[in-house]
Amino acid sequence: MAIFVDETTKVVVQGLTGSQGRFYGLRNRDYGTKVVAGTNPRKAGTDVEGIPVFATVAEAAAATGATASCVFIPAPGVFGAVLEAAEGGMELIVVITEGVPAQDEARLYNLLVRDFPGTRLLGPNCPGIITPDRCNIGITAGEIALGGGPVGIVSRSGTLTYQALYELQQAGIGVTTCVGIGGDPVPGTSFIDCLAAFEADSETAAVMLIGEIGGSAEEEAADYIKEMMSKPVVAYVAGLTAPPGRRMGHAGAIVSGSKGTAKAKIDALRAAGAQVAANPTEAGFLMAAVVGGL
Amino acid sequence: MDLLEHQGKAYFARFAIPVSTGGVATNVTDAVAAAEQAGYPAVVKAQVHVGGRGKAGGVRLAADRVEAEAAATAILGMSIKGHVVQAVLVERATDIAEEYYASFTLDRAAKLHLGMLSAEGGIDIEQVALDTPDAIARLHVDPVDGLSRELCQAWVRRAGLAPQAVAGTVDLLLALYRCFVEGDGDLVEVNPLVLTTGGRVLALDAKVTLDDNAAFRHPEWQEYEGTQELDERERLARQKGLQYIGLDGSVGIIANGAGLAMSTLDVVNQAGGRPANFLDIGGGASAAVMANALEVINTDENVRAIFVNVFGGITRGEEVANGIVEAMGRVELASPLVVRLDGTNAAEGRAILARHESDRLVSRATMLDAARTAVELAGGGKE
Repeated sequence: MAIFVDETTKVVVQGLTGSQGRFYGLRNRDYGTKVVAGTNPRKAGTDVEGIPVFATVAEAAAATGATASCVFIPAPGVFGAVLEAAEGGMELIVVITEGVPAQDEARLYNLLVRDFPGTRLLGPNCPGIITPDRCNIGITAGEIALGGGPVGIVSRSGTLTYQALYELQQAGIGVTTCVGIGGDPVPGTSFIDCLAAFEADSETAAVMLIGEIGGSAEEEAADYIKEMMSKPVVAYVAGLTAPPGRRMGHAGAIVSGSKGTAKAKIDALRAAGAQVAANPTEAGFLMAAVVGGL
Repeated sequence: MDLLEHQGKAYFARFAIPVSTGGVATNVTDAVAAAEQAGYPAVVKAQVHVGGRGKAGGVRLAADRVEAEAAATAILGMSIKGHVVQAVLVERATDIAEEYYASFTLDRAAKLHLGMLSAEGGIDIEQVALDTPDAIARLHVDPVDGLSRELCQAWVRRAGLAPQAVAGTVDLLLALYRCFVEGDGDLVEVNPLVLTTGGRVLALDAKVTLDDNAAFRHPEWQEYEGTQELDERERLARQKGLQYIGLDGSVGIIANGAGLAMSTLDVVNQAGGRPANFLDIGGGASAAVMANALEVINTDENVRAIFVNVFGGITRGEEVANGIVEAMGRVELASPLVVRLDGTNAAEGRAILARHESDRLVSRATMLDAARTAVELAGGGKE
């Protein structure tokens, strides 16, 4: 099974003709992902190493049957690009672009909820999603991911996502799907969306959750774990010693009130029954013990 | 980006939000001139990027020229929570009948705009929120629909303001919401929002935090760049396009990715050391970027050791290692480097580092080991 994407997922890359879109779009295809189309209204009819370019997502979907899009459009164009993808019938829209204004994200999120309830937005400012050996959408290095399960990963941070994949690979533990939800203030997909999907996925037996300071997403995830999850969860939260109230590069990582601190998040996750590691390496060890005991 | 009060008021004025006005001065002579212009009684207010200036003595009333001079002399140059006051705003004191609180921000949990309005403004609103949460009227606004006049009127009525303040407050809040949305604020806050004895409603203070991600559609924000409080290290890092925050420890930190950089601070603390900074060099780790990062850290005199924590994803281990070696050739480092390299082709990368290993360059396989070594080289743990 795996969640959200698998070997049947057909992907259109919005911004395939740009340097980032081309680089990662082709990498994703080399990995085995069905990258079937790109879009660029000024270059419709051309191709990028055999991948046809269409003017719009709707045209790309009609011609290729694509159901997922990956957005490499610069931040000012993301709002329009996501709407275009939703109107083009995409079930999954992955936005890699960072630097999208929070007001745009808030409008987009609520617009999709209301007018396109069948569309899932992942990101913005996320590394993407990988179901190892089957589908890789985004910028994750496929070579650090070991497939086959039984662990699902959901993470707010890019490099820590890679770190988690790598720790598990080193321990010989496979991953069903690894979802980077991104660290922005209004992510399209939440921890809870992923926890629910992993709980329902027959191939996933345990979940690794990687959080960071700011917002209350980890606290909400803890509530969900407590109430709804039967599968074990190992967590790591970055930023225990970050100076309070300062930005740390991710727009979302702003500490506010007693919620939002790493300590509050760790306490909430522990109280919900999750095992919480002190660093990413320990998270790998804890997960190895969990998987060993399954 | 946080705005100073006078900048925030100018920003408010763009959206036709009524504000108290005055003159900004960076020296006593200009401050007195501004007071003479405003008329007495005048109020002299410190312009700092931090709350709590009133309690710290950063706001003073002046009944005449002599008092204005004394107030400006006392406030200019004073330190408020570590922020040295470079400028004051001098206004004619307002005759206040009522003090309220109003703000708009994003409720990340609800994924909606959140307006907060309280009849109990002018004091510590966080304390009000704790003691009497019902004293704050909250309003969630769907960002797609926006704030309608009808919704705003019902909200203001719910907050229990003085009847003569209602109409003016509705107008002010509708304008404040526009400022929040069209002005790309992360936060717009008015405390206090006042009803004057003359029956006017206006913003006596302004706290505005702008969303840096929206700078591309706000060329007018450039004027605020010069007044951001950055230390020298932060200024240099910004010029070089690096995500840097100065701290006060002795272990310099370079990592790729914000999450990994935060995690690196954590392990340095766990190893008993204190980080000198947060520095995220982004996804890749080319020699040029690494050299820039080392140059910034090199300017920090407190640094005794530098911990380079890089995870190779698409940028392979050998590229990262070559980048580090090359960068060390470009920058004359004052401190030894401890490198932890992991990820794609980590073994190849470590082999390159091993060939250049010296007392200036040490390679460690795990984050925790590298942190321990860096802390040791920086002169041991905290007392």
